[in-house]
Amino acid sequence: MVQTVPEHPYAGYLRSAMIPHIWCPGCGNGVVLNCFVHALDELQVDLDKLVVVSGIGCIGRTAGYINADSFHTTHGRALPFASGVKLANPELQVVVVSGDGDLFAIGGNHFIHAARRNMGIKVICANNFNYGMTGGQQGPTTPLETFTTTSPYGNIEHPFNLVHLAAAAGAVYVARWTTLHVRRLTQSIKKALQKEGFCFIEVVTPCPEIFGRYNKMRSGLEMMDWFKNTSVVENSSDPAKADITFERIVVGEFVDIEKLSYEKMLHEKISKINEKAMEQVS
Amino acid sequence: MMGKRSLLTGAHFMNGDVACAEGAIAAGCRFFAGYPITPATEIAEHLAERMPEFGGIYVQMEDEIASMAAVIGASYAGCKAMTATSGPGFSLMQENIGLAIMTEAPCVVVDIMRGGPSTGQPTLPGQQDVMQAKWGSHGDYGIIALSPSSVQEMFDLTVEAFNLSETYRVPTLLMGDEIVAHMWEKVVIPPPEGIRTLNRKKPTVPRDEYLPFKGGEDMVPPMACFGEGYHFHATGLTHNEQGYPQTSSSKVQSELVRRLVQKISLNADKIIKFEGIMLEDADVIVVAYGIVARGALSAVRKARASGIKAGLLRLITLWPFPENQVAEVARHTKAFVMPEMNCGQLVREVERAAKETPVFSLSKLGEDPPTPAEILESIRRSV
Repeated sequence: MVQTVPEHPYAGYLRSAMIPHIWCPGCGNGVVLNCFVHALDELQVDLDKLVVVSGIGCIGRTAGYINADSFHTTHGRALPFASGVKLANPELQVVVVSGDGDLFAIGGNHFIHAARRNMGIKVICANNFNYGMTGGQQGPTTPLETFTTTSPYGNIEHPFNLVHLAAAAGAVYVARWTTLHVRRLTQSIKKALQKEGFCFIEVVTPCPEIFGRYNKMRSGLEMMDWFKNTSVVENSSDPAKADITFERIVVGEFVDIEKLSYEKMLHEKISKINEKAMEQVS
Repeated sequence: MMGKRSLLTGAHFMNGDVACAEGAIAAGCRFFAGYPITPATEIAEHLAERMPEFGGIYVQMEDEIASMAAVIGASYAGCKAMTATSGPGFSLMQENIGLAIMTEAPCVVVDIMRGGPSTGQPTLPGQQDVMQAKWGSHGDYGIIALSPSSVQEMFDLTVEAFNLSETYRVPTLLMGDEIVAHMWEKVVIPPPEGIRTLNRKKPTVPRDEYLPFKGGEDMVPPMACFGEGYHFHATGLTHNEQGYPQTSSSKVQSELVRRLVQKISLNADKIIKFEGIMLEDADVIVVAYGIVARGALSAVRKARASGIKAGLLRLITLWPFPENQVAEVARHTKAFVMPEMNCGQLVREVERAAKETPVFSLSKLGEDPPTPAEILESIRRSV
């Protein structure tokens, strides 16, 4: 008997032509996408005014999956592209969804400067500790002494603490959750979407097929167990002390402050200069 | 007195960088992102002051990579957008110039050429980036590059660059040099109604029928912008007419890349501009562009005065290269002389087009462009 499957309530948020997605079994990117869509729905965000921008990497495909205007940039350049969009049309809600390698290695300079300027962009960063799409190389978030295809003897580079970096660079909202914290993550995304200025949310994401494979966590469940057993919620705690280790993952909201955004300051200045220029004309 | 919020209609004495900046404003540019670099900095400085008077945006980014990315973002948000740089910055921009080509983002990139390679000679002129203009970003593509010979052309060709970029949805390069950028000359700025400005084609179909990367008759797709309700996707990956990635289809790759090349090559005759002086009976033709063409004209006149039938073919469009135009004049002349401020770059294109007609390269590096006396000497030796 043929049964009609009712349409998924969030189907309208996704580009059906681009689904199924490219992500591996056990990958956490679907959870990130899911929480993002939930947040859009709960806030009833006008999809005509939403622009989703991604860089290169697994999570970078997110831009293509959301049924809004979207742009998939070159590697690392999502933030400066998004800055151009936001400045040219401040009415748009501009969200960057990208990975740790994209945003903090090749795009690291752009990240700190977008945060410093307090550009009104919302950044969701899926941190899977490695370059998944290219087969699992060591990157700027790879924990010490873990194994990747390019750290076969154990990683000797100290990883970035992303929330500490974002806070120090000037972000007005900084939070970290794992893909286990779906309700809190959704709440954080909602909060960021409603805030002015540069907001940063790190999502610690399982990558069992690639990162886990080399680090004795072959299944998504094993990686989620790590998150479950070691994550502690410490809202408003010092992000400098929130290093991610195998013993402890500090999650929570680290920064939530108010600061005039770059685009607001710029457009206020432009209005004033314009008035003056008009006076001189008349 | 002219109000601040208006074009500087009238005759002025200004330098080429300022003329370029005023040309951008006249063309309707309302977004500039850049990074300081000699000898293009004055473009940024002038626009930092002028843009806000027109409600436009000036933003200084952290580097040239970011500048180019921001320009593409602004273009997709509906602005006419530009950046300006010199060799080292032009190298950094190549990555995202490729993105602008692939996503067909109209924008203007000004490269005020100085001596290279690397940091080279920041305050001295060069023409060493003209091949980089064509081939600098990886992959196959068509591109438009213009070469101004005067401060007036720094204004006029900046307007033209915007019109071409909007018409063909391609980054258009204004390849100036340190001399045309820093030289002061008379510039006449027309009244606004005397300046022709063109805007990108917009889609006329509803959202469900819009194919953001399907070329029209001219091979150029109409362009929706962010926030207009079209919900389109654009990517630097090989994509189909819908804009969706198709990374393993050779058919999609072939169709897309050939269209990106052919929308320029098949429209070349509409794009290409050049100036021919005393070509009709010329036994020897000097082919020159940029500041070098000024000295070349002087040399051609001196040659005529001494009884040599010389002519000048001044290239205004460097890319697409005016191959047919060079081939045409090659049939009626005995030799070409090509002075350039590089080791002989565009001369190879002239050789290709000239076929059997001999081409003599006059290559000069360093402070001065080839002088009229040096070009005259080359003319004498060629006949």
